Amino acid sequence: MPYTRRDFVKASAAATALVIAAPDFALAAGRAPTRWREPDADELMAVALSAARDAGATYADVRIGRYRSQTIGTRERQITGVSDSESYGMGIRTIVNGAWGFAATSAMTPDGVVKVAREAARLSRAASGVQKRRIELAPTPVVKGTWATPVKRDPLEVPIEDKVALLFAANEAALTVRGIRFVNSGLQLLREIKMYANSEGSQTTQTFIRVGPSFSATAVGAGGFEQYGEELAPRGEGWEYVESLNLPGNAAQWAALAVEKLGARSVEPGRYDLIITPENLWLTIHESIGHPTELDRALGYEANFAGTSFIAPPEAQIGKLRYGRPLMNIQGDRTQVGSLSRCAWDDEGVAADSWRIVDKGIFKDYQTTREQAAQISALTGVTRSHGCSFADSWDSVQFQRMPNISLLPSEQNTSLNDIIAATDRGIVIRNRGSWSIDHQRYNFQFSGQAYYEVRGGKITGMLKDVAYQSTTPVFWNSMDMIGGKDSYYLGGSFGDGKGQPSQSNSVSHGCPPARFRGVNVVNTGRGA
Amino acid sequence: MPHHPKSLFDAPLDGEFLTRDQAKALADRVLAFAKADETRVNITSGWAGNSRFAGNEITTSGGTTNTAITITSTIGKRRASSETNILDDASLRRTVASAESLARLSPENPELVPELGPQEYATVHGYFDATAGLDPERRAAAVKSAISAAETAGGPGANIFVAGFLQANAGANAVATSRGLFAYHRSSSANLGLTARTPDGTGSGWSNAGARDWSVIDAAALGRVAAQKAAASRNPRAIEPGLYTVVLEPAAVADIMGSLLGTFNARANDEGRGTFSKPGGGTKLGEKIADERVTMYSDPTDPDLLAQPFAGDGTPVTRVTYIEKGILKEFSYDRYWAQKQGKPATGGGGGGFGGGTVKFVGGTRTTAELIASTRRGILVTHFFYIRPLDPRTVMLTGLTRDGTFLIENGKITAAVKNFRWNESPLFMLSKIEEIGRAEPVGAGRVMPTIKATDFNFTSLSDAV
Repeated sequence: MPYTRRDFVKASAAATALVIAAPDFALAAGRAPTRWREPDADELMAVALSAARDAGATYADVRIGRYRSQTIGTRERQITGVSDSESYGMGIRTIVNGAWGFAATSAMTPDGVVKVAREAARLSRAASGVQKRRIELAPTPVVKGTWATPVKRDPLEVPIEDKVALLFAANEAALTVRGIRFVNSGLQLLREIKMYANSEGSQTTQTFIRVGPSFSATAVGAGGFEQYGEELAPRGEGWEYVESLNLPGNAAQWAALAVEKLGARSVEPGRYDLIITPENLWLTIHESIGHPTELDRALGYEANFAGTSFIAPPEAQIGKLRYGRPLMNIQGDRTQVGSLSRCAWDDEGVAADSWRIVDKGIFKDYQTTREQAAQISALTGVTRSHGCSFADSWDSVQFQRMPNISLLPSEQNTSLNDIIAATDRGIVIRNRGSWSIDHQRYNFQFSGQAYYEVRGGKITGMLKDVAYQSTTPVFWNSMDMIGGKDSYYLGGSFGDGKGQPSQSNSVSHGCPPARFRGVNVVNTGRGA
Repeated sequence: MPHHPKSLFDAPLDGEFLTRDQAKALADRVLAFAKADETRVNITSGWAGNSRFAGNEITTSGGTTNTAITITSTIGKRRASSETNILDDASLRRTVASAESLARLSPENPELVPELGPQEYATVHGYFDATAGLDPERRAAAVKSAISAAETAGGPGANIFVAGFLQANAGANAVATSRGLFAYHRSSSANLGLTARTPDGTGSGWSNAGARDWSVIDAAALGRVAAQKAAASRNPRAIEPGLYTVVLEPAAVADIMGSLLGTFNARANDEGRGTFSKPGGGTKLGEKIADERVTMYSDPTDPDLLAQPFAGDGTPVTRVTYIEKGILKEFSYDRYWAQKQGKPATGGGGGGFGGGTVKFVGGTRTTAELIASTRRGILVTHFFYIRPLDPRTVMLTGLTRDGTFLIENGKITAAVKNFRWNESPLFMLSKIEEIGRAEPVGAGRVMPTIKATDFNFTSLSDAV
């Protein structure tokens, strides 16, 4: 095992003590969590900050990251891959002459970090020659403390045999289903220790634990093959979450859906009322609400890659854009239990926030970092950063990344069945399939894993080759029914890409099932 | 060489990444700690420098160095791997022990093939000093030149908005096994892409160039093209979606052809779940699947590709011709499936596009000539957000972006609104009207301009 628990204990006893303030560290229940500390980390961070100051930086922040990740992949009765990886290093960001620079290294020695601090300052200077606007950071309180994802069982401490046994049991159950030829299942497990310090005096240590299971089955019949992937949400939780999904107990019923798809009827294109389950809708929220409400996109910073936003310029949109009907409320959040973007502080030392992005159908606010907050504070009345700065690794620069963004449930406790019963001619769309949306987040096309025809308030059969295509404002304004809190589900992804060089963000989205009126459905089969 | 930390670990380095001798020494250190039946060491060592810009100024820039090592241990029929970037002896021992304990705990893999002994590899020179020397000041100068050229091309008072990204990489990969294999390859790559937008928000243009050798990239020319496209694409007309003849620039062809990666995997096709599987068994190998002018292959030694000549497990990457004159010619084989089927392994992961490289052989005429011979059609600069809809047909959906124009009677007559499309690159390869000149679209990728008929645009997008 790379870097054992005992190593950490030994090392942290020898290292300079860091202020341990946050009481909720105790939330990491079960065993008393070790202070996942790095030897000499505080000293190295202090050396780097001091070198940056000496090199002319008016502001600097430094992050040390240690990542442990494990992936296990299986097919049928065999392993397709087991790997365990660790990555360790430091990134430092500087402002010199009002311009950003960033450099990172895995050379974790005083010499190594001094060099990298000077390199960051050099990058700042080079950039300042091609700079028009000086970087200004919104004020934020100085913070000190530690936080960890509360888990009952650290997934990286679970024996590998237990993990493989769980996946094999699921595969075996699926293979008992007649028609199933191939099964794939897997686990992706991550533990990240992130230490942060800035030249203003903030200093934090956070430990994030994330788990991501996967399962899909392929049925082969006379007419070809069909695959069904179950939507197993990745979470910021421990091994207990993976166990709660009961893969061995559920795999056969998931696999049966792949077989059922072989006999599904190809959809007739046209307009339908769509009943979208939360296992599909979370991704539509991500793409059509999460991304266009990123302030950096609205200001053009992502123009060359991920794109811009239809919600621009901010002065024409804040408080004015009608995103949907009054039943639509969208919350930005970094505090939700179990969610992937939950933290205590972001990568600028800003405390986690929870705020309304869309209120009763009206667009209210964007996602922001310290650099961005001042640019819209006159419009929103919010002077603080919403704490959306995040880097996916010690060797990546932090920038504005999406927090959890969720559709709040109805106050009536409407269920999925209530929505189906109230629908005369529609299609139920279940789980995530294919997704594509344009670079300003208007035109999108999404599909699912399973589709059911609804006639006269009842499910009448299975459909295939379904995708729904719409335009963001039209689509959300067509939403006329949403489920209540008992139907709420928290989906998410490990792999939200943005930025150049591209970084991957983990983010959750919660929502109830919802109904959308008269949405265009296309047939994605051979005749698409 | 750029000025970067020279010491990545205890042993001093000459540059930002390991030399052949240093890589060999590191691999030998690891192999000496190993107790498994077989051990493989993969080393990735490199430097990356980037400058990102938006609003006509640099917004972020970065420089990173890292050396990571992956240790793969085999005990009997059990295999697992463990990776670290901490390179002192204690960490290496711990990582070896981790890989060995994971292997011991893993179930037997009946498909396991033994590690390779020494192999013969082609010599490929894919490393260029001009790329490795692209330091912060040179990058800032290149960015400034691209932005200035775009501002000038946009015209006086146009206030063109420019955003983009310049990245350079230089590094080495090495692989060694306990059976005596050692391979080392160093390479470089640079890419500059930029998007110009008109201040009224109605026009957007894009240009991009990538190569192993930075000195072949003209930053100012890229700035000019992006700005000219932005200005020309203002106030786009909405035209009815439907089936259109298209002229796809090489970047657009690369975007859509990238989805064929993986479809040339022999195993998936042999097992009946591949794009080229036939219902009831067998594959379409040897059958005509595309227009007879279509030829696509991977070859690490091709002077336009210059790819790493070995795969991660040390298998030599060979030339694989996927489509030759329209005939489905060869699949990619990983070592297990190759052995089972009595074929040579091809490297490249078994999914096609060996080493991630591919060359689509071009014709002789330029994009301008293809436009001039078009009575009515759509010119596409590039695509965005391509996603698969149906693996059986490689049916995809995606959108046009940053310069979509109407061609009438051989001339560009209007900017048009972007489209969503649902189309398969395989269907497209059978609807080709003409293949134009090919050019590099990135390090290790060469694509031509293509004119094809009946491209399926399904809806309009208001995105600019």
